[in-house]
Amino acid sequence: MRAITVVGASLAGLSAARALRAQSYDGRIVVIGDEPHQPYDRPPLSKDFLAGKATVEDIALSTPDDAALDVDWRLGHKAVGLDAARRAVRLDSGEELVSDGVVLATGARARTLPGSALTGVHTLRSLDDALALRAELAEGGPLVVIGAGFIGAEVASTARSLGLDVTVVEALPTPLAGPLGPEMGALVAALHLDHGTRLVTGVGVAGFVGEERVRAVRLADGRELPAAAVVVGVGATPNVDWLAGSGVGVDGGVLTDARCVTEVPGIVAVGDCALSYNRFAGAVLRLEHWTNAVQQPEIAAATLLGRRVEVRSAAPYFWSDQYGVRLQFAGHRRPGDVVGIVEGDPADRSFAAVYRRGGHPVAVLAVNQPKLFGRLRRELAVPEPEVVR
Amino acid sequence: MIPVCAVRDLPVGEAVRVEADVPIAVFNVDGELYAIDDTCTHQDASLADGWLEGCLIECPLHATCFDLRTGNPTGPPAKKPVRTHEVVVENDHVYVRVSTSILQHGDVA
Repeated sequence: MRAITVVGASLAGLSAARALRAQSYDGRIVVIGDEPHQPYDRPPLSKDFLAGKATVEDIALSTPDDAALDVDWRLGHKAVGLDAARRAVRLDSGEELVSDGVVLATGARARTLPGSALTGVHTLRSLDDALALRAELAEGGPLVVIGAGFIGAEVASTARSLGLDVTVVEALPTPLAGPLGPEMGALVAALHLDHGTRLVTGVGVAGFVGEERVRAVRLADGRELPAAAVVVGVGATPNVDWLAGSGVGVDGGVLTDARCVTEVPGIVAVGDCALSYNRFAGAVLRLEHWTNAVQQPEIAAATLLGRRVEVRSAAPYFWSDQYGVRLQFAGHRRPGDVVGIVEGDPADRSFAAVYRRGGHPVAVLAVNQPKLFGRLRRELAVPEPEVVR
Repeated sequence: MIPVCAVRDLPVGEAVRVEADVPIAVFNVDGELYAIDDTCTHQDASLADGWLEGCLIECPLHATCFDLRTGNPTGPPAKKPVRTHEVVVENDHVYVRVSTSILQHGDVA
């Protein structure tokens, strides 16, 4: 390996560059990013950064040590095509980068709804999105948040802390029923009501009202919610369209094995764009988790460099901060898993719950119980590590 | 010196957090007491809530480990060390003598 191209300059891309150097790779590294910014941390965008409590400098991912990575950054350039056989990445500038190895770390983008082009309708994924939304929130509410997932809930929480009138609309009967299950989803959703956020569930959005600027959100049942601003938080789509016809297998994410290898040797995929076999879950998963974007590049770098890879079976992990309450979840919940509270009381907004399958603990949710979470996540049923090559 | 707690209130394997100018966490590792800044240098999380294994404390949020003896992180995502502080035991009480090293701007999330 003399030259490696990393496509994507966020946490996964930066982590890939760090992992390659940490594993003694001394060849060329080019990192391509479609945003003009140096790598930054996305989780604060819906929390402290949105609230104005953190600056752009605060959320920078690069440290002074990263200067030693000797990366050739191509920021503000989008990868538009891949010739997998030649491992050639084509940029929107027309430039073509041919290398020995390619790391696909293109992440995901926010899903939108029809009519989202109206002024005042936002999504939140990038730094620029957050700057625009922050300016909008400073003008006051009412704010309507479409989607009661983690982004929606965190934006609602931040907007309430800024004193805005906030309504959250969720199409499902219970928020967060997908990741947390209906029982725990309902308990977590109660945080909205604690803090004066209105929560409308089980009704879809029919469209936006307004000419150039949004004035209201129209619900499927005919109701209209007045809105000075709207945030659409209805999930993310992996950035894999540019790989169509490239020879790399894509099925709602770049298909990889547990070592992050795609169907093409010398091309690996990591982070939000990768649909990878996960040993803990025993299934192929696309994880939009911060920790995954740090862990997968270590495996992918070792794979590219032909080193022995210990494929860890760490349980998927994510956290969310809402209304001053910290949620932490580890493991993989499936429908049918039985969940029970093992400590604390949901009424106190401080508890831990364990999900079991066939009697074995497979996932844990902790609400304002970080210490207990540390213990419970270690008790999850974890397969033995597997050494490949 | 900052009073922390009675020695018997900090059993082996446990940690206690005290409010100083910045919060400080005191740990009991097999009878040895260690004190460090409580807030992870990476992001806002209390190390007193972390997982203690030997002289390493794992941040409860992102699993960075810090060595209680040196304050140094063992790996990413944290890059900066936490300060360490001297622990003094007098008359069955635990005290911390806060280290005078000055925090750089941005060291505390």
